[in-house]
Amino acid sequence: MGVLFILMGASFLLAAGFLAGFIWAVRRGQFEDTETPTMRLLMEDGGVKGTNLKEKKEPHE
Amino acid sequence: MDCAVPIDKPTDWVGSEADGSRLCFHCGLVCPDSAFALGEKHFCCAGCKTVYEILNEGGLERFYALSPAAGVRPQGDSARDRFAFLDDAEVRRKLLDFSDGRVARVTFHTPAMHCAACVWLLENLFKLHPGIGRSEVNFPRRQVSIQFSEAKITLSEVAALLASLGYEPSLNLGSVEGPVKDPVARGLVLRLGVAGFAAGNIMLLSVSSYFGLNHATEGFIQRAFGYIAIALALPVFFYSASGYWASAWQSFRARVLTIDFPIALGIAALFFQSLWDIFMQHGEGYLDSFAGLVFLLLCGKWFQRKTYDRLSFERDYKSYFPLAVLRKTEAGETSIPVSKVEVGDRIIIRNGEIIPADGVLISPAASVDYSFVTGESAPIARASGDYLYAGGRQRGGAIEVEVTKAVSQSYLTSLWNNEAFNKSERPDITTLTNVAGRYFTFAILAIALGTALFWWFANPSILVRAVCSVLLVACPCALALAAPYTLGTALRVLGRQGFYLRNTNAVETMAKADYVVFDKTGTLTTSRAQEAVYQGMPLTEEERAAVAALARHSTHPISRAVSGVSDRAVEILDFKELAGRGIQGRVQGRLFQLGSRSWLQARGDDTTAAYLAIDGDVRGRFVLKAAYRPALRRVMAALTERFRLSILSGDNPGEEAALEQLCGAGVSARFQQTPFDKLEFVRDLQEQGRRVVMVGDGLNDAGALKQSDVGIALTEDVAAFTPSCDAILDAQVFGQLPDYLAFARASLRVLRAAFVISLTYNVLAVSIAASGYLSPLISAILMPLSSFSVMGFSVGVAKIVARRMGLGA
Repeated sequence: MGVLFILMGASFLLAAGFLAGFIWAVRRGQFEDTETPTMRLLMEDGGVKGTNLKEKKEPHE
Repeated sequence: MDCAVPIDKPTDWVGSEADGSRLCFHCGLVCPDSAFALGEKHFCCAGCKTVYEILNEGGLERFYALSPAAGVRPQGDSARDRFAFLDDAEVRRKLLDFSDGRVARVTFHTPAMHCAACVWLLENLFKLHPGIGRSEVNFPRRQVSIQFSEAKITLSEVAALLASLGYEPSLNLGSVEGPVKDPVARGLVLRLGVAGFAAGNIMLLSVSSYFGLNHATEGFIQRAFGYIAIALALPVFFYSASGYWASAWQSFRARVLTIDFPIALGIAALFFQSLWDIFMQHGEGYLDSFAGLVFLLLCGKWFQRKTYDRLSFERDYKSYFPLAVLRKTEAGETSIPVSKVEVGDRIIIRNGEIIPADGVLISPAASVDYSFVTGESAPIARASGDYLYAGGRQRGGAIEVEVTKAVSQSYLTSLWNNEAFNKSERPDITTLTNVAGRYFTFAILAIALGTALFWWFANPSILVRAVCSVLLVACPCALALAAPYTLGTALRVLGRQGFYLRNTNAVETMAKADYVVFDKTGTLTTSRAQEAVYQGMPLTEEERAAVAALARHSTHPISRAVSGVSDRAVEILDFKELAGRGIQGRVQGRLFQLGSRSWLQARGDDTTAAYLAIDGDVRGRFVLKAAYRPALRRVMAALTERFRLSILSGDNPGEEAALEQLCGAGVSARFQQTPFDKLEFVRDLQEQGRRVVMVGDGLNDAGALKQSDVGIALTEDVAAFTPSCDAILDAQVFGQLPDYLAFARASLRVLRAAFVISLTYNVLAVSIAASGYLSPLISAILMPLSSFSVMGFSVGVAKIVARRMGLGA
């Protein structure tokens, strides 16, 4: 029966990973604009955004 | 998106011929001549040609391959000094999202973007200037967020760069207030996710006990499962459902019962009963039902929050006012932020600009269009020394004004001090759901009290358990889901039609309305088309064309209307605009003059008109006639059947007879109404017990729109600013307004039917609980069954009703 608990532990870890991913995505604002990314898809460069500046960490609100 | 990326068009697309004329390679408009051509490519104006050259040099010519002729014709000049006020420290601080002294980020609202190619161009802005970093577009909001190096480019240069491409950022007094963020949405999605996660996993654990996990032999596993389920349910109780605890507590303290109160009671009962069962090893508890219910309830909340990112229902006068104004000092003219305008400043207002503060006219003459504020369509002539109220738009040459009141204290802005604008947002206890919830609560409390009394005498040891069972099965969750899904569907159906409602409450209030008040100017009439009617000696076709062509040179409202009397192209020579008097020009040697009565020394009455003289002879005059919306007669006829109607107008009563003929005698009309009069009128109706729908368009209706039960702002261009309101109606579908109101009523009938269904489930559940033991299994079946069937009924029937009424689905 012990294997049951090992499996459950594994499955909960996996599920918790997905939950953490979801929370991260919401915090990043990925659910706020669902329209523009569909338009970027149509561009040949895949909508890769370029920049002249060195990437810096910016606080996310 | 009216222009998605066409993949079948050749990439070297060159402006094609349409009825013999060439189309602009950049913006797709007809080119009047080939003055602006580059090889095979034709452009309609210097602006479009410049944009093409900028893009070509920057290596961004792929823009045209993504979507041919999708460019935006740049309006006005993009000179940097026009945006100089952006470099003012205070304005900068308010506009910038972020700045560390070297790199800054700004978000501009650019209403001109309209397709995938625009998105591509704006996100490749860095190719045009070395100081620009990453830029990112939020298309639904028409926003572009740009990172830039403060050492290499200033904020005003960024704005000028956008303007030079045709994407002029919309900068008004409202935009420095900071972007309106929606903190609710993000939290709701998170709550929903957590509840869904917990509900799914608890269900997996529960399934094993429903399918015969044996108490005696596998007691340990069952206990372990129970504790794991509790661990999963805790975040649901403390985080996901927290809104219900707060709302129930608030409604308890305010002694007004909303639907949230019995729901909170029900889910709390579910939770604590389950804890008790698991700890005392009575059974496996109802935690799966608990988490599932919270998840479904949050789904309902999410569904009813259909938002339109492009639209704002919260705008006030600040969105109409410019951010900057030209101040004249000894040193010269400088652009300063409107917030820094002080009493005594001399400011310059150019043609088409809005006067931001009350002041005294210094220039000899001005022609001020107050249609914005009063609804009166004809511009008013003002002479030197006259008092000018804020909100008027100058027509004609630039004028100089001495400011006498600060921007925040002007006549127009004082409307916003009215108490109608300070109504706090409280839960509406008159909604059908909350009324039903109130009766419901009394019923449950009565039953719970009865149960408690019964067991007090019969068997006090199971009293708590029995009362808990009653509260738990009587949880009106299906009832609470009926409104979000029915009205949320109605919201979506109407939104697809071009009628955008702020929230689901608006559907309900609209269904209960019995009085409709219309504004006249801009609402019943179209602001797009004003008809110029000619009175006088007959004109030949050539003369007509010449006058129209002459009028096209001026932006005066009468000229604009006159330019519509013919669309033939005629060349005008020696064009001259004489401020306050009129315009003149030569056509084939003949002198055409269009202007005021005094200038041409014509005879006539005081009607607002443009007089016409050819070679010095007065031939007649053009009178402006408001063009009523074509659907007006039909709309009024349809609405009279059900509503009392009134028309409020800021105009003079000259149109009274025409209006009555169009709308029927049952419609009362009032003229020369100030914005305050309109507000008072609506309030008086409400005091008589009427539920008022107000349909208006401009700032002059802002007070009445706010005061009314449902304020509908009519707009020709949905992207344009509309005053604060509950709904925005696209002027193109004005004719359907009676249908939309009827659909709102039909939706309410669907909602009532959904209530009956969900109540049936509650009666069923209570009787099962009363007749015996309500097992977790039955609860696990009944809970989703009732919720899903009510959701399905609400959405399905509302859509069928919409289709029957011809509103599509």
